[in-house]
Amino acid sequence: MSNIGSYEERIRDFSWSISEKELGYNPGGIINIGWLCSDRICELGKAQKTGLIWENASGVVKKFTYNDIRLASNTIGQFLRDLGIKPEDRICLFMDKIPELYLGFLGILKIGAIAQPLFSAFGDESLFIRLENAWTRAIITQKKHLPKIRKILDKMPFLEFIIIVDQDPLKPLQSREIAFDLKNIPKVEVFEICPTRAESPSVLHYTSGTTGQPKGVKHVHYSIISQYLTSKWVLDLQDDDIYWCTADPGWVTGTSYGIIGAFSNGVTQCVLDAGFSAESWYRFIEKYRITMWYSAPTAIRSLMKAGDEIINKFDLSSLRHLASVGEPLNPEAVIWSEKVFGKPFLDTYWQTETGSIMISNYPGMKIKPGSMGKPFPGITATVVSPDTYESFDVPGKIGLIALKPGWPSMMRMYWNNEETYKNKFRNGWYLPGDRSSIDTDGYFWFVGRDDDVINTGGHLVSPFEVESALLEHPAVAESAVVSKPDFVNMEVVKAFVSLKPGYQPSKELDLEIMNFVRKKLSPLAMPQEIEFMDSLPKTRSGKIMRRILHAREWGEEVGDTSTLEDDDK
Amino acid sequence: MEDMKEVIRQYVINEYVEDDSEIQNDTPLISGGIVDSFSMVSLKRFLENKYHISIPDEKATPEAFDTVDKIVDLIQEYIKG
Repeated sequence: MSNIGSYEERIRDFSWSISEKELGYNPGGIINIGWLCSDRICELGKAQKTGLIWENASGVVKKFTYNDIRLASNTIGQFLRDLGIKPEDRICLFMDKIPELYLGFLGILKIGAIAQPLFSAFGDESLFIRLENAWTRAIITQKKHLPKIRKILDKMPFLEFIIIVDQDPLKPLQSREIAFDLKNIPKVEVFEICPTRAESPSVLHYTSGTTGQPKGVKHVHYSIISQYLTSKWVLDLQDDDIYWCTADPGWVTGTSYGIIGAFSNGVTQCVLDAGFSAESWYRFIEKYRITMWYSAPTAIRSLMKAGDEIINKFDLSSLRHLASVGEPLNPEAVIWSEKVFGKPFLDTYWQTETGSIMISNYPGMKIKPGSMGKPFPGITATVVSPDTYESFDVPGKIGLIALKPGWPSMMRMYWNNEETYKNKFRNGWYLPGDRSSIDTDGYFWFVGRDDDVINTGGHLVSPFEVESALLEHPAVAESAVVSKPDFVNMEVVKAFVSLKPGYQPSKELDLEIMNFVRKKLSPLAMPQEIEFMDSLPKTRSGKIMRRILHAREWGEEVGDTSTLEDDDK
Repeated sequence: MEDMKEVIRQYVINEYVEDDSEIQNDTPLISGGIVDSFSMVSLKRFLENKYHISIPDEKATPEAFDTVDKIVDLIQEYIKG
C-alpha cells in the first residue's frame, strides 16, 4: 500500500496541517530543519538506525546512524558557532558529495545560519559571482577545491573563514584557512539548537535566468512541511526503504530530497560519490538493495544508451519505486523502465524556486507516459494565457504553467533582487517560466521553457552568463549562446562566435574556448559545439538576435526578420 | 603507445585535475568523478585534434573513456581504421 493511497481522497481532504502534525510543529512555534532531520528521528527511537551510507569511487564506505548524524551536525554547528557565525550568516558548502556536505548542511541549519550549497564543479568565476551576491561569511570545502577559492580570495573581503574538511596536516594553511577534521574532534552531545521559526531563512540555492546574474533563491525552515510530505507521498518513502537520490546537493533536488526529505522521513539513504557509469550505478543498487530510486532523465537516457544487456548482470529486484526530476521524462524512457525494471519512472515537476514537487505522477495513479502528472494535493496549478495571465479552460491549449502562491516551500525572495522576484508573479499566479497544456483528464503535458534558459541534463544554464564568459576570451569579438537538441541531456549549450581581427577559426581555438568557459563557469556551461561566424545576426539597433540562431538549431521557423540588419538577411 | 598514454595522462592532469591527485593510466576518470560527462566532450575533441581522427559519438561512452589505457585502445582502433 502506498503512503498516498487515493490521490482523489487526498485532494479532497488536504491540509498542510497533516504534515505539521506528523512533524510535531505547532504553528507559531519553533521549527528547525536540522533538528527535525536528526534529533527528532533519534527521539522517535531510531537513534541506532542507519541514516546515511556513503561510498566513493574507490569503494570506501562510511555509515552513519541517526545518532551519528545528530552528533556530527551538533559538532559542526558548535564549531561554526565558536568561530562567531551568527544566525542568518551565509555559509557556503562547496564540496563533492562527501558526508561532511550532508552533515554540515544540518549543522548550519541547527545554528540558524543559512546554508548556501554550490556545485563543486563550478569554476572560479561562477563561484565568485554567487559568493559575492550572498556576501558569504564562511565556506566549507575540500583541499582539492582550494585553488579555485584562493584565486578569487582577494576580491572577497567578506569571506572570513575557509574551512577545509580534509586538510593535510603537513601542508601549511594560508590566509583565512582553518582545518576541521570531523573524525578527530570531540563530538558535541548536548547542543542548543537555534530556535528558528517558520519564516527563518534556511537555504540559499542559486539558479540561472535568461539575463542578469544568477539568482539566489531564499527558502525558510517552514519548507520542510512540503519537503517531508512530498517525500512521503510522491517518493513513497517508507520506514524500511533504502533510498537513493542521485542528485548533488549543489542543486535543489540534492537538498530538498537528498537531505531534508530523506532524513525527516527517517529512512536509510545511500550516496554514491562517483561519476556516472551504468555498471557502477547498477552495482550500487544491487549492493545496497536500493528500494526507492530518485534520478534524472539524463541519467535514465544514459542508462538506456548503455543497453539492456548489462542490466542482466545485476540483481535489481530490490527496486520497488522509481521517480525522476530535472527535465521532462520522454515516453520512451518510461516505457523502457517498465520493460527493464518492471516499473515505470514517475516524472515529477518542480524547480529551485518551488522548493518541492508541484506536479507529479503518484504511486497507484494511472501513468500516461510523457505526462508530468497532476498537481500535488494543496497545490493549485493551471496554465494561463501569456498575454492576459487568465487561466485557460481549454484542454490541450498551450499556455504558461501557473501556481497559486502559498505552499510552505515557496521561495521567499531572490537575494538582493526584489524586482526580478516581483516579476515572477502575474495576476495572482507564480509563473515558473515553463509552458504546458492540460488534457481532459487533468494531466499536465510539458512543452518547453518560456525563455532562453538552457536546461541541460536537468540543470539551468543562463545564455547570458556563457556569452559574457566567451567575451572574456581574447579571441572572441561577439557571442550568442542557444540550446541545441541532445538525446541524453535534452539540450546542450551551443555557442556562435565571431572572432577579433587577427584570429582565425581552428580546431585548436575551438577547444581552447571550450575549456576556457568550462574552467571559468562549469562543465555544464561549456559549449558542446562552437560555430564560428563572420558576424552574428543583429537587429538594426545592434542587438544580437539569439532567436534566429535558436530556431535554426531546432529546425523551427525563424519568424519575423524585419528588424534584422540587411546584411544578415 | 607509451608516449600516447603519457600525452593523454598529462592532458587530463593539466585540464581536469584541480589538486595534486595522482593520475595513473588505470585511474578511473569518468566513474571516478575526475572527468564528468560534459567535460568528456572536450577530452574527445582534444583526442580528435591531436590524433587526426574522428570518434563516433556512440563510441565515446563513459566506459570507453574511463581510463587512459581504455582511451588509447579506442584511439588505436581509429588510427588503424
